[in-house]
Amino acid sequence: MSVSKAARAELGRGAAIWKLFADRPVNAGDAAFRLIAFIFGFAIVGLLLFMLYELTTGAWVSITTFGASFLVESTWDPVAKEFGALPLIYGTVASSLLALIFAVPVSLGAAIYLSEYAPSWLRTPVSFLVELLAAIPSIVYGLWGVFVLVPYVRSSIEAWLQEHLGFLPLFQGPPYGLGLLAAGLILAIMILPIITAVSRDVMRAVPDSQREAMLALGATKWEVISRAVIPYARSGIVGAVILGLGRALGETMAVTMVIGNRSEITGSLFGLAQTMASAIANEFSEATYDLYTSALIELALILLGVTILLNAAARLLVWRVGGNPGEGRRE
Amino acid sequence: MREQNSRLRGWNYWRRKATDTVMTGMVILSTLLAIGLLFAILGYVLLQGITAVNLDFLTQLPKPVGEPGGGMVNAIVGTLILVAIACAIALPTGILAGVYLAEFGRNRKGTAIRFVTDVLTGIPSIAIGIFAYALIVLPMRSFSAIAGGVALGIIMMPIVTRTTEEMLMMVPNSLREASLALGIPEWRMILRVVVPTAGAGITTGAMLAIARAAGETAPLLFTALGNRYWQTDLWHPIAALPLQVFAYAIAPYDDWHAQAWAGALVLLALVLLLSVAARVASRNRYAR
Repeated sequence: MSVSKAARAELGRGAAIWKLFADRPVNAGDAAFRLIAFIFGFAIVGLLLFMLYELTTGAWVSITTFGASFLVESTWDPVAKEFGALPLIYGTVASSLLALIFAVPVSLGAAIYLSEYAPSWLRTPVSFLVELLAAIPSIVYGLWGVFVLVPYVRSSIEAWLQEHLGFLPLFQGPPYGLGLLAAGLILAIMILPIITAVSRDVMRAVPDSQREAMLALGATKWEVISRAVIPYARSGIVGAVILGLGRALGETMAVTMVIGNRSEITGSLFGLAQTMASAIANEFSEATYDLYTSALIELALILLGVTILLNAAARLLVWRVGGNPGEGRRE
Repeated sequence: MREQNSRLRGWNYWRRKATDTVMTGMVILSTLLAIGLLFAILGYVLLQGITAVNLDFLTQLPKPVGEPGGGMVNAIVGTLILVAIACAIALPTGILAGVYLAEFGRNRKGTAIRFVTDVLTGIPSIAIGIFAYALIVLPMRSFSAIAGGVALGIIMMPIVTRTTEEMLMMVPNSLREASLALGIPEWRMILRVVVPTAGAGITTGAMLAIARAAGETAPLLFTALGNRYWQTDLWHPIAALPLQVFAYAIAPYDDWHAQAWAGALVLLALVLLLSVAARVASRNRYAR
């Protein structure tokens, strides 16, 4: 039953306006309370729409000036008043994909351990420790990244890669330590907990009958996991990875501190880069003219739009396995 | 019998067995790596921060560049003020929205709102910062604690909503039925029986949301802005612990770096205490 159909039916019967928001009000107090609760619930939807509206208004000058070329031009030069977001999109996508490459295997491994292997007395504390990684503020990751990770990447990882694989274009350029590789690594640590937690939950939601059927066929534990549990939970796991991607795309502080902040497309993992979020963080307070501010707000709008889409897709995938958390409970 | 076994346990059997063992090892290694990273980061912050945290750090204002000593009391108080504003916005709205989802939300409207709430938890905090800038800083022509608090409040709201909903769902229906059977209207049942029963759980959700908001830096960059001086006027730029840590971390002075580590340790202690306390409180009540 759609909302509008219900509303029309109620109006047709000449009902009071508050009846639109209630299923079966018993007295005036109930009706009022339902209405108030609904208004606050709906405020969340309104807030998201309002955010989209405000950012679109703020970005309007830039949208009308540059149009679609904003997304494909590769010069980001505030002095020349040229704003092409391609280098920033490159930095954002490259650092996030790197993060996924590092984080997904580890997260899935930890999720499989927590869901399938861990004895029950160990499951809760280990889950809690992994989730604590998500509680660490991003500024702390940034600080740790600058003073621990970046020197380590420069002196160990990049030096080794250059010595042994330096002929690949991926590993060329001076090893600053700062750059895409460091950003990808720090992002990987930051998105590890969410991918682990969500995929652990969808694996727990796989019915035991699936595992038992596989065991009855004589499968080893790993065969049960790889041929029964993971295929059953696949869409939820994809959802978990997309959630992680969404986090990585929008992460600001830690990335800003380690990525080097130069709007270039180098094609090397050692290259300095800049993400959309870090460009906003670095330049917004220095933006001296309207077009500049507007271009930065357009970056925020793109980021907002992309993460809304990614999160929506991810939630639908996760709900498909785990079930809509609001339905079928409280029986 | 023996002969049959050895025939069954051919090459294929050992390959499957070996894969199983190797993958078990990989899975355990992944888990250890994740936990190892946690302890590496926590341990390093503790080691670096503990040498710089002292009474001065917690009670003094920042000193000018070049003068040793000083502290971050303005930033600590600033963070508390910002979080208080955020709570004033997010707690009433979030809890009422959670009540709607739990009590009246088992329909399409509820599903839609629940969905948007989940989406809202995932959007970048920097975009929320820009929104608060456009909403408050531009019209008021001043960076302010209010703008920063609003940004943090928007970050907290969906977390409060969803945890409130989950906690209300755990209240047994028998309680609802018993109160309705006594003849009280539904709204009083919710406010007097259901919500208080879930009170501890809702508090837990609020603590988690505060832990998240207190550590946020990006949404404060263009709203609260930061301030090196004592400031408690809500319509003026105000210091915040994460902002101060950021400013000190990117500055080229060694003693500022030490202060940044100290700030990070205080922030981390605050955030982790809230998270752990919330976790322990919720486990006592609803053991899973």
